[in-house]
Amino acid sequence: MTSPARGKNTNVLGLTREDYKGGKSTLCPGCGHDSISNQITSMAYEAGIEQYRLVKFSGIGCSSKTPAYFLGRSHGFNALHGRMPSVATGALIANRELMAIAVSGDGDTGSIGMGQFKHAIRRNVPFVYIIENNGVYGLTKGQFSATADEGQFLKYYGKNHFPAIDLALEAIIAGATFVARSFSGNAKQVQSLLTAAMRHKGTAVLDIISPCVTFNNNADSTKSYPYGQEHEISLHDIQVLAPDYVEGKAEITIEDPDDAAIIEVDMHDGTIVRLKKLSHDHDPRSRQQAINVLEQAQRENLFMTGLIYYEEPRITLAESENLVEQGLTTLPDAMLRPSAEALDKVMKQFM
Amino acid sequence: MAAIPAEVLQKTTTQRIINDFAFVVATPNGSGSQTSNNVLVKTLFDMGIPVNGKNLFPSNIKGLPTWYTIRASKDGYTARRATTEIVVAYNLDTANEDVQNLPAGGVCIVPTDIRKKISPREDVIWYEVDIKTIMNTTEVPSDFKKRVENMTYVGVMAHLFGLPLDMIWTALLANFGGKEKPAKMNMNVIELAHQWSQENLAKEDPYHFEKMNATSGKILITGNEAGALGSVFGGVHVVAWYPITPSTSLVDGVINFQHLRRDADGKNTIAIVQAEDELAAAGMIVGAGFAGARSMTATSGPGISLMAEFTGLAYFAEIPCVIWDITRMGPSTGLPTRTSQGDILFAHFLGHGDTRQICLMPGSPEEAFEFGWRSFDIADQIQTPVFVVSDLDLGMNNWMSEPFKYPTEPINRGKVLDAEKLATFIKEHGKWGRYMDVDADGIGYRTVPGTNHPMAAYFARGTGHTEMAVYSERSDVWMQNMTRLRRKMETARHLLEKDIPSIVDYDPAKKTGIITFGTNEPAIIEARDWLKREGIETNYLRVRTLPLAEDVTEFIHNHDVVYVIENNFDGQLNQILHIYHAQDISHLTSLALGDGLPMTAKWIVDRILEMERH
Repeated sequence: MTSPARGKNTNVLGLTREDYKGGKSTLCPGCGHDSISNQITSMAYEAGIEQYRLVKFSGIGCSSKTPAYFLGRSHGFNALHGRMPSVATGALIANRELMAIAVSGDGDTGSIGMGQFKHAIRRNVPFVYIIENNGVYGLTKGQFSATADEGQFLKYYGKNHFPAIDLALEAIIAGATFVARSFSGNAKQVQSLLTAAMRHKGTAVLDIISPCVTFNNNADSTKSYPYGQEHEISLHDIQVLAPDYVEGKAEITIEDPDDAAIIEVDMHDGTIVRLKKLSHDHDPRSRQQAINVLEQAQRENLFMTGLIYYEEPRITLAESENLVEQGLTTLPDAMLRPSAEALDKVMKQFM
Repeated sequence: MAAIPAEVLQKTTTQRIINDFAFVVATPNGSGSQTSNNVLVKTLFDMGIPVNGKNLFPSNIKGLPTWYTIRASKDGYTARRATTEIVVAYNLDTANEDVQNLPAGGVCIVPTDIRKKISPREDVIWYEVDIKTIMNTTEVPSDFKKRVENMTYVGVMAHLFGLPLDMIWTALLANFGGKEKPAKMNMNVIELAHQWSQENLAKEDPYHFEKMNATSGKILITGNEAGALGSVFGGVHVVAWYPITPSTSLVDGVINFQHLRRDADGKNTIAIVQAEDELAAAGMIVGAGFAGARSMTATSGPGISLMAEFTGLAYFAEIPCVIWDITRMGPSTGLPTRTSQGDILFAHFLGHGDTRQICLMPGSPEEAFEFGWRSFDIADQIQTPVFVVSDLDLGMNNWMSEPFKYPTEPINRGKVLDAEKLATFIKEHGKWGRYMDVDADGIGYRTVPGTNHPMAAYFARGTGHTEMAVYSERSDVWMQNMTRLRRKMETARHLLEKDIPSIVDYDPAKKTGIITFGTNEPAIIEARDWLKREGIETNYLRVRTLPLAEDVTEFIHNHDVVYVIENNFDGQLNQILHIYHAQDISHLTSLALGDGLPMTAKWIVDRILEMERH
C-alpha cells in the first residue's frame, strides 16, 4: 500500500490543515473537548474529507458548542438539548449522500437524550456519534451527570449515590455496530478511532472521556486528566489500513498474519482496522466479549480504551426506507410532483 | 323573545319526506359497524343525494358506544344535525337514551332482544329486527357471523327507505377494494335482511330516499386523505411522525399514495419515518428542512405541546417544515376522539419567547389538498415552520367535495443558493451571510449542506446570532434580528393574502357580520339561510391564515355587530382578533361552543337569535 500523492503541507485535495479549522474555541483553556476538536480537524485533513459533503450536529452543552471550532467549511447545526440524534436523522435521510459527525456530551446523551441516542442507533443512521464525556454539567456550573462516578463528592452537590451509566454499554445494547471508548489525552488513539468510525456504514459511537478542567479534574475523579493519564489501559495498538488513506504518514509494517496478538477487523468498504493486542485479551468482533470487558471495567474500576465492539453493519435507514440512491434533496422538481393524469386517476377512485 | 325554530319540523305521516332527514347508528365500538356505515354513505352518494357521515367514536378498541350520524340533504346542507329522525339502536348500553333523543314521530330500528329491555315510547315508530332468524339463514361461516351482523340494518334500511340493492353491492365492493369474497359474505346478510324485512316489516314512516343528480362528478373523501395527497403532490421528501388520533390517517394516506412518487426502479422519493415520540418527529423534520428537504409531520394537541421547543428553534433558526395539527379536544388527553378548534391560539404562538407561527386553517377537503402542497411553498419561501391547523371532523369524516384541482403553480423553493448562485451573490454583495436581508423583505438567502463551495457553510443555531450566523449575545444584534423576523412575518402576511385569501361574502347594506375559521362553514352556510328566513341578513368571512389578513380588519370595521363563531371553549379566534386589533372592537361577540362535536346550524341560529332579539 502506498501513500496517495500529495504536497508537503497539503492533503490529497490540495488543502492545508488550516482549511479544516473552525472558529476560535471559547471553552476553558485545557478543556478535553478542544483536543478532540483538534483530532477531528486532523483526521478530516489527513483523510482528505470533502467538507461540503459533511455536516456537523450537536445538542446543547459545552461539548455541543465545539462543532463551531472545527471544519469551518462544513454546515453545522447546534440543535436542542438531547435532541441532536433526531435532527441528524432527518438531515441524513433527506440527503443520504451526506456524511456526518455529531458531538454530544454525557448530559446531552446520558440524560435528556438517552431515548434519541438509542433510537438513532437502532435505525442505524450512518454517522459518527461522539460523546465528550466528563461526568459533569459544565455550563450550569458543576452538577453531577448520569455518568459521574458512584460515590463521588462535589462541593455543592454532595455525594453521588447513583451508579454511573456506561454509554458504550448502552450503545451496544441498543444495537450499535461500532462502539469505542477513548481518552481525549490519547490523541493518536482518538484519531485512529475517528478515522475508522468515519468509514463505518452505520452509527459509530465514540465515548471519549474528556476531562472538565474547571469542575471535575480532581485526581479522585475517573473523568480527570491525572486519573486518565495514570490509569488508561489501551486494549490495542490501532492501525487503520484504508485503500485511500494512510494513518499519520507512518510506515506500514506488514505484521505476521498468523500472529495471535493481531486482530484484523475488516470493514464494509475494504478498510482494515488492525489491532495489536496490548494489555488485554479482547476481540471486538464478539458482542459477548465487548459486554464482558465493559462490565469488568465497571466492576474493577478499570479505564480501558480502544475499539470495544465491531460488527458488520445492518442496513442503514435510507436502505430500509428503500430510497433512491441519490439524496432526496437533489431530485429534480419533475420527480417531486406526479402528473395531472395521476391526480385524475386518484380522484376517480373517490367518486 | 321569538320562538326558536325547530330543527326538525313536525311532519305528518301522510306527507312523504324525500332526501331530507338524518339518522344515527348506535353500535358498540369494534363491532364492525364501520363497513355498514361507509356502505350506507357511499350508496346515498352514488344515488346522487348530498350526504355526510360523521363518526362519533370513543377512545377505545372494543366495547364502548359509538354513534355514526348520516344526513341526507336535497338542499346540499352538509353540517351535522343535532337531532335525527331515525335511530338504529344496535347498542343495548345506549339504546334507552338513543330512543329518548328521537323527536316525536321518529323511527327506531332495533334488534328484538334490545327492544325487550328498553322503555317503550308511544310516539315513535318501531321496527324490530329479528337478527337471530336472519343470521340463522346465512351461508356466512360461524367464525364471521358476529362481524357481519351489523349488515342486517343495511338490509332493513334498504327495504324501509328505498336503497337499491345493486347500488349497495357496488358500494360494498368499493369498500373492500374490489375483493369479491368479503363483499359477497356481507351482501348475503344484507340480502337476507332485506328479504326478511319485506316479509315482516310494514312501512309506517314517511321517509324515503330517491335518486337525484346532485353528487355527479363529486368525490367523497376525508380531510386527512386530502392533506396526504396534497403533500405528495407538493413534493414532500421526509415525513416523520408518531401515531396519535386523529392525525394518524394523514400519514397512512401518505403511505397509501407513496407509490405515486416511486421512480422507474420502484425506489421511494418520500422517506416516512415513524419516530420514537413527537419530540423526535419534530427533530427529524427540522433536520430534514435544514438539509433542504420538504418535510412534514402530522400530530394533534399533545404532540404540538411536545413540539413547542423544536418549532421555536425552527422559527428562530429559520428552517422550513410543515406541521399538521389535526385538532382534538384538550386540554391534556382531553377527549381524544372528539373534534375541537382549541389549538389555534397555542399553535400560532408556539415556542417560548416572541414567536408567531404561520397557520393555515383548511375548511374543506379541497383546501386540505391545496394547503397540502402550498404549505411547502410557503415554508420554503418564508423559511419558517408552517402549521396546517385542521381538526378531527375534517380529518376523519367523509366529506363531499369537488375533485381536487391540480396545483396551479410550479414548486417554489424560495431563496436557495447553489454553488453558482452563491458565487454570483458574493460577487454582487461582497460576502454572503445566512441572515443578510439584501432584499429588505426579512428573508435571507440560504444554502443547504452538500453545496460545493468553500463559502457555502453556516452554523444553524437557536442561540443569538449575527446576520453571518455567528454566535452573538449583543443586545443590538438581537434586536436587529428580531426586527428582521417581524419584517419577515409582514412579508408572510402579504404572501398569504395573495395565495390564500379570506373567504368573504360581503354586501355593504348588511350590518351584521359572521367571522369563523375551519370546519364551521357548512353549519354557518345553513344557519345564514335559516337566519335570513328569520329576517336577519348576515355577511360572512372565513379566516384561512395567520398572521391575520388585512381584510379581516376591514370586515370587522364595516359592521355594527360581528359574531365570531368557533368550536372551542374560550373563543380563541376572538382572542387572536383582539391581539391583532388595537382599535375599538367591542362590537365583537364571541360565540364559542367547544362540546367535542362538529358545529350545528341550530346552535348558531339559537345563539344569534338570542342576541339579536334579547
